[in-house]
Amino acid sequence: MSYKTTAALQRQAQILLKEFAPKATSLKVKERQKIPAQEMPVQDPELRSHNMEEVALGYSFEQAQVEAFRCLQCAKKNCMEGCPVKIDIPRFIDHIAKGEYEQAIAVVKETTLLPAVCGRVCPQEKQCQLHCTLGKSLKDIDSSVAIGRLERFVADWERINNKIVIPAVKPATGKKVAVVGSGPAGLVVAADCRREGHHVTIFEAFHKLGGVLRYGIPEFRLPNDIIDKEIETLSAMGVEIKTNFVVGRTRKLTDLIDKDGYDAVFIGTGAGLPIFMGIEGENLIGVFAANEYLTRINLMKAFHADASTPVYPSKNVAVLGGGNVAMDAARMAKRLGAEKVFVVYRRSENEMPARKEEVEHAKEEGIEFLLLRNARKILGDENGRVTGMECLQYELGEPDASGRRSPVEIKNSEFILDVDTVIVAVGNGSNPLISQTTPQLDVNKRGNIVVDETQQTSMKKIFAGGDIVLGAATVILAMGEGRRSAASINELLAAANT
Amino acid sequence: MNTILYKQQLSQDVFLMRLHAPLIAEERQAGQFIILQTDDDYGERIPLTIADADTIEGSITIIFQVVGKTTKHLATFNVGDKLPALLGPLGKPTHIENFGRAVCVCGGIGVAPMHPIAQALKNAGNHVTVIIGARTEELIILQKEMSAIADELIICTDDGTAGIKALVTAPLKELCEQELKPDIVIAIGPPVMMKFCAETTRPYKVFTQVSLNTIMVDGTGMCGGCRVNVGKEVKFVCVDGPEFDGHLVDFDNMIARLNAYKEIERTHYKCFVEKAFNKNVKEVQL
Ligand SMILES: Cc1cc2nc3c(=O)[nH]c(=O)nc-3n(C[C@H](O)[C@H](O)[C@H](O)COP(=O)(O)OP(=O)(O)OC[C@H]3O[C@@H](n4cnc5c(N)ncnc54)[C@H](O)[C@@H]3O)c2cc1C
Ligand code: FES
Repeated sequence: MSYKTTAALQRQAQILLKEFAPKATSLKVKERQKIPAQEMPVQDPELRSHNMEEVALGYSFEQAQVEAFRCLQCAKKNCMEGCPVKIDIPRFIDHIAKGEYEQAIAVVKETTLLPAVCGRVCPQEKQCQLHCTLGKSLKDIDSSVAIGRLERFVADWERINNKIVIPAVKPATGKKVAVVGSGPAGLVVAADCRREGHHVTIFEAFHKLGGVLRYGIPEFRLPNDIIDKEIETLSAMGVEIKTNFVVGRTRKLTDLIDKDGYDAVFIGTGAGLPIFMGIEGENLIGVFAANEYLTRINLMKAFHADASTPVYPSKNVAVLGGGNVAMDAARMAKRLGAEKVFVVYRRSENEMPARKEEVEHAKEEGIEFLLLRNARKILGDENGRVTGMECLQYELGEPDASGRRSPVEIKNSEFILDVDTVIVAVGNGSNPLISQTTPQLDVNKRGNIVVDETQQTSMKKIFAGGDIVLGAATVILAMGEGRRSAASINELLAAANT
Repeated sequence: MNTILYKQQLSQDVFLMRLHAPLIAEERQAGQFIILQTDDDYGERIPLTIADADTIEGSITIIFQVVGKTTKHLATFNVGDKLPALLGPLGKPTHIENFGRAVCVCGGIGVAPMHPIAQALKNAGNHVTVIIGARTEELIILQKEMSAIADELIICTDDGTAGIKALVTAPLKELCEQELKPDIVIAIGPPVMMKFCAETTRPYKVFTQVSLNTIMVDGTGMCGGCRVNVGKEVKFVCVDGPEFDGHLVDFDNMIARLNAYKEIERTHYKCFVEKAFNKNVKEVQL
C-alpha cells in the first residue's frame, strides 16, 4: 500500500461525498458495497518511526461520513454480537451518516465509558468487524465497516469540542466504595458506582492513573491526553483519588472494610507479572521484560531530556513474542533510535495475537519479523552484557489446546542473531501482591482471582474484574467486567439500604 | 502527606530524614522499604529502606547517601517541604525469631536498615553481635543507637581511625570459628561486602541472610527490573525479597546489573549538579 497523506484521503472523500450524500438515505445495498472503504490517515512511516506522536490521525468529517454510508443498517445487528459491551453500532453509525455527532456519541456512551480508548486499541477485526455483514458479503474482513475508527471519530469529536458531559451523580448515599487499581476496569467501576451517589476512592500503586493505558500502551498509539481527560471527568464527578497506595501493603485489603469503613471493594489490579522464557542468559544486562522497557518510557518518560529514569541505549533489538505488547516494544525501540529491530515469534503471522493494524504499522516502520523462530539462549560478554541471541527455526505442527497450530522445532536449525538488547514480551501472569497478603481470597492455579457470575470473590463485599480475573486480556473485556462488578456493588449497597 | 519533619546531616554525604507518613509508619515492619520520587513527572523511583518509624508522630525515618541525581536532589529538600511521591511499605518483612546467637554485619549506611532488625532480634531474645564497617571514623553512623541494642559491638575501619583496622569479614570469620558459632548472620551493606560475608560464612555453614538493593521501577512485582538469580530461581527483589539466603545469591550478576546504567547516571548527576548548584563537575565517582 503506498502512503497517502491526510489531505489526499480527505480530497477523495470529498469527491465521494458529493456523489453519495444527496441520495444517502436511498442507497441500495449494491451501491453501498461499492463505496470504497476509508483508509485511516497516518503519519508518514519514516517520520513517525522517529517521534512519539500518534500514528493514526483519525478520520476527517468527510471520511467519517463516507464510511458511515457504507453501513448496511442490517435489521439483524450481527456486529453488536461481536461487541463485548454491546454498543448499538448501526444506530450510532446512522447518526454519523446524518452528521449528528452529539447523538452518535450519546449512543456509544450508553454502554461504554472509554470510546476514545476502545476506538484506538480494541481488536475490532476479532470483534464487531468480524461479524460485519458488509465485510462478509465482500468476502474480505478488511472491507468491513471501520466501526472502531468511527467510534474513535465521535469520541474525539466530543473531546476536542469540549462536549464531554460530566455524568450526573445521584444524592449522596453515605456508602463508600474502594476501587483498587486504576486500569480500565477500575475506572469503569469508579464512574458507575459514583453515579449512584456512593463515595468512591480509587487506590493506585503508581503515581499516575490509568494502569496499562498509562504505563504499557505507548503515546504513539494512545495519547496520554485522552486518559487525562477521562480522569478529569472522574474527579469532576467527585471520585476521590489516592495514588502511591499499594493495597496489601500500605493497607491490608480487609482493613479497607474493617478499619476504614468501606462498604464494598473492587479489585482491578491487572495482570502485572512479567513472564520470562526461562532460557540461559535472561538476566544479562540488556534483557528486559516489555513491562519494564515500556514503563521506563511511557510512565517515567525516559525518552525525555529532563527525565531521571535512564533507558538502555540499543543498536539492534530482538523482541520476543507476537502480541500487542511485543509490537509496542518493537516500535518503541525503533523510536528510541535502534537501527534494527526484530520481532521473533515462534508461530506464523496468522497466529499472532496482536491487532492486525499494529502488525501492519510495525512493518511499515521497518520492524523485521522473524516468524517461526524462537530464542534458545541469550549470549553475553565478560561484563555481563548481551552480545547476541541464539535462535532456532520452527515449523507448524498439529493444532494445540488453543486451536492454534503448534510450532515444532527443526533440528540443527540454530542461528545467531546479532543483537545487544532483548525484550521479552511473551505474556503476563497475575500480580500476586493482593492474594499473598489476603490468604482468605480464592485464586486459581494461575493466580487469577476466582469470581462468581456477579464478579464477587470468595469474600463478601469484595469484587474483582479485568486482567486479574481473566489473565492478560483486553481493555474492552476489562471494562465489561468493571461494568458488571459495579452493577453488583450498586445492587448490594441498595439492598443494604432498605 | 509526606512532609519532611526533620532533617539531619550525619556525615558529608549521608542524611537522615523523618517523613510524615502515618499509614506506612503503622504498617511497616523491620526489613521493609519505600520507593520515593523527588519529582513525579520526570523523577525516577528509588528504593530506600525504612530505618525507623514512629506511630505516634506518624513518621518514618530514612537514611540515605548521596550517590546520584535523585539522592542529590533529595538532600536539597528541607523541613516543611513535601515529597511528591512516597510508596510503601514494600517487600517482605524480616523473619524474626529467637535464633540464639545473631550476628548483624553492616557496612556504610547499611547500619540504617540494620537498626530495626537488630532491635527486633534483641526483643525476640537473641544474643546480638553487631559489626559495623566504614572507610573511616567519621563515616560511622548510628553507633550510639547500636551500642544500646547490641550485646557486643565491633567497629572496623579501613584506616584504623576507629575500632580495629580490618574488613568486617575478619571479625565475622573469628565469630564463625568460635565454639558457639552464630546461628544466623545478617549482612546489609554494599553488594561486594555482602558477597564476601556470604563467602566467609559458607565454609562454616552458618545461615547468612543478605538484603539486596537492586535497581527498581515499580516495586510491586510488575516490571521484573529488580530480578536476581537465587539458586536456580529468578526472584524479584521488590516482592520476593529484599532478603535472601546469601549463599544462594548470584552476586556477580547482581553487581553487573546494578551497573547497567552507570554511564547515563553519571551524566544525569553531572547535569543536575551543574544546573542546580551552578557548579562545574569534572569527575563524578558513582
Ligand atoms: C503494552 C500493552 C499493550 C496492550 N495493547 C492492547 C490493545 O491494543 N488492545 C487491548 O484491548 N488491550 C491491550 N492490552 C491489554 C490491556 O491493556 C489490559 O487487558 C487492560 O488494561 C486490563 O485492565 P485492568 O483494569 O484489568 O488492569 P490494568 O490496566 O493492568 O491496571 C491495573 C492497575 O492496578 C494497579 N495496581 C496493581 N496492584 C495494586 C495494588 N495492590 N494496589 C493498588 N494498585 C494496584 C496497577 O498499578 C495498575 O495501574 C495491552 C497491554 C499491554 C501491557
Ligand atoms: S521493581 Fe519492578 S518488579 Fe521489582
